[in-house]
Amino acid sequence: MMKKDILIVGVGGQGSLLASRILGALFLSQGLDCKLSEVHGMSQRGGSVVTYVRAGENVSSPMVSDGEADLVISFEALEALRYAHTLKKGGTLVYSTQEIMPMPVITGAAAYPDDIASRLAAFDLKVLAFDAESAAEKAGNGRAANVALLGAASPIIGGTPEEWEAVIRATVPPKFVDVNLRAFALGLEEAKKG
Amino acid sequence: MKGTVLTMKKLMLGNEAVARGLYEAGVTFASSYPGTPSTEITEYFSNHEDVHAEWAPNEKVACEAAFGASLAGARSFSAMKHVGLNVAADLLYSVSYTGVNGGMVVAVADDQGMHSSQNEQDSRNHAKGAKIPMLEPSDSGECRDYAKLAYEISEKFDTPVFLRTSTRVAHSQSLVEEEERVLPPKKPYEKNVAKYVMMPAMARPRHKIVEERTKKLAAWAASSGLNKIIPGSEKIGVIAAGIAFQYAKEALGDRATYLKLGMVYPLSAEEIRAFAAKVEKLYVIEELDPFIEDFCHAAGVECEGKSLFSLCGEYTPAMIRKAILGEDSPAPAPAAIPVRPPVLCPGCPHRGIFYVLHKMKLTVSGDIGCYTLGATAPLSSVDSTIDMGESVSGLHGFLTADPSMEDKAVAVIGDSTFVHSGITGLINAVYNQSNVTVLILDNSITGMTGHQQNPCTGLTLQNKPTHALDLEALCHAVGVRRVSTVDPYDLEKTEAILTEELQAKEPSVIIVKRPCALLKWVKRLPPVSVDPDKCRKCRKCMSVGCPAVLFSKETGASIDRTLCVGCGLCEKLCPFGAIEGGNA
Repeated sequence: MMKKDILIVGVGGQGSLLASRILGALFLSQGLDCKLSEVHGMSQRGGSVVTYVRAGENVSSPMVSDGEADLVISFEALEALRYAHTLKKGGTLVYSTQEIMPMPVITGAAAYPDDIASRLAAFDLKVLAFDAESAAEKAGNGRAANVALLGAASPIIGGTPEEWEAVIRATVPPKFVDVNLRAFALGLEEAKKG
Repeated sequence: MKGTVLTMKKLMLGNEAVARGLYEAGVTFASSYPGTPSTEITEYFSNHEDVHAEWAPNEKVACEAAFGASLAGARSFSAMKHVGLNVAADLLYSVSYTGVNGGMVVAVADDQGMHSSQNEQDSRNHAKGAKIPMLEPSDSGECRDYAKLAYEISEKFDTPVFLRTSTRVAHSQSLVEEEERVLPPKKPYEKNVAKYVMMPAMARPRHKIVEERTKKLAAWAASSGLNKIIPGSEKIGVIAAGIAFQYAKEALGDRATYLKLGMVYPLSAEEIRAFAAKVEKLYVIEELDPFIEDFCHAAGVECEGKSLFSLCGEYTPAMIRKAILGEDSPAPAPAAIPVRPPVLCPGCPHRGIFYVLHKMKLTVSGDIGCYTLGATAPLSSVDSTIDMGESVSGLHGFLTADPSMEDKAVAVIGDSTFVHSGITGLINAVYNQSNVTVLILDNSITGMTGHQQNPCTGLTLQNKPTHALDLEALCHAVGVRRVSTVDPYDLEKTEAILTEELQAKEPSVIIVKRPCALLKWVKRLPPVSVDPDKCRKCRKCMSVGCPAVLFSKETGASIDRTLCVGCGLCEKLCPFGAIEGGNA
């Protein structure tokens, strides 16, 4: 039975809602049942945020239990480490190496870890890390980092290039379609590099 | 009243689906006060042309307006978060007695896990207290279905109806099938003193009607198909509703038989006894209070619930699998890393005022909104935050009990929160003569819930121009003679006004005015920059807790150019002129 349990994580305000809606549209176009769970309100103010995307023949809970996710897409390096434990053994983590300092680090109460990559290696995961913001800037707009990450994760998510193009066209405002399609392609190249 | 199915299924937020249900049910009047996670219901509903939707100053006013619309014959609606229901409860406990004319539904969104709330109260207790039936959908499809059904129940049983959601239902998306809108014939208003004037002689017979109605509703729910049995192994029986049902289904699949309740109040003892007799072992799975479980015990039904599950927070399927099947989750431990709590945004007007309050070491009576974050490090200025409006009325009590604090304590309250529940507290302080100093943080919007208009902004829910409440005139009218206005980014002037008003031997109000930095019409300025040669690494710029100002021991301060909006606050704080380019 086809089943996809995905987390999209990052810092409030980074655009995870658009990414989850593109995924929702993709799974719907594939005829699957799908549930998304979003975060609104106080946590959106620069806090750690998570959006769940679940697809399958029949989805009950809109959320994914720890240790059961197939894929985590993170917009930020520290958040990748924060949610690594939600992946199942052998699950895939795709993350942007961008670093955003949380307030305890800014105030000097804590340090931003400088060993994220090696600590991730302690989890039994497939990891793909790249600078999604730079890739998006190369595509024409840094705000398209979310779609670059989707491109990088697309081999795990499934879907044909035509299906992806169709859902991006249907979800993104018309004037940003081209830049997002380019960002998606650049993300996919990162995945092919491995 | 079944409409024609319109389109293929769509992915919809639970809140959008409730709004769709309202529209299809022919609702024409909605009045609400924003509150996470309920806010988007009224926003989605307002997108329709042929309805009236509005933001009211608070939930009590909203519900009273909805009742008025019902009395006039319209199908009416109000939405609120769980704590908003406390505000509206005054009306609802009595509208339970009067009943309705046009159907009236009140959506209440609980916030298990407190993602954006000050407590975790279980609103089902209000259904029982007010004796108002409560439906609880478990996904977006049911949000739409139950919203429509609620109007049929409301009119059939002559009662307001609660629609209870939770964060994970309100803010999750799942599939919804849309139907056409069907407008019911408008009911004429008929004067009926015995029904609608709740003085003792009329209320006594109405109470008897309420008790009879509750019995009929329980029997109806048991036979209507709203409560469903979902068959599986009869070794395990589960009673659940709402999101907890989805978790249970995920965890146990067909290893259990379920009684899925669509109506969580009133409950039918006969229905539950009959279900209990079918299964070997019965569990009640419900987040927060043992509401259904207590009912089962009182009905003499043996079951397990809170002996296995917490009274606090959200559940997960893994938690249920472990408690009932003894199957432990294989999840590794989370990494021990710095937390990332929510923060005031770069350019936030509240940062200026909290910097000054912190600097002056004042005791700050806080309130509900983005500015609650003024309690967090490094601004650390707020001493208490309880409910909407308590900052003002609480400070009055505080200073009356300890007048020595008069020149050391202030209240801070947002514009929308002040209109919601701060005005009466201010009237009380003037009337009972305490020397409060109240800061109204006017950022020209209701911020935390995602930018809703309010009576101060001069715009309606639909962004149409309307009268803008004049805060200064209002404060004068209630008897506050000392009213001043200041820009919180003018740090010196803010401190000077505060010093002066704290000394005043009468109540004063300072309107701290600067728009929310996230508003579209607020100009984002080019980012500031740090001259590394001038930076002496004194960390003064770090004292305002701006996410865009970074610091390293080696190189000193630097600016995250993608986050900085050029507000210039850090520039003003730098004693060495190392930060430049802002709007200082």
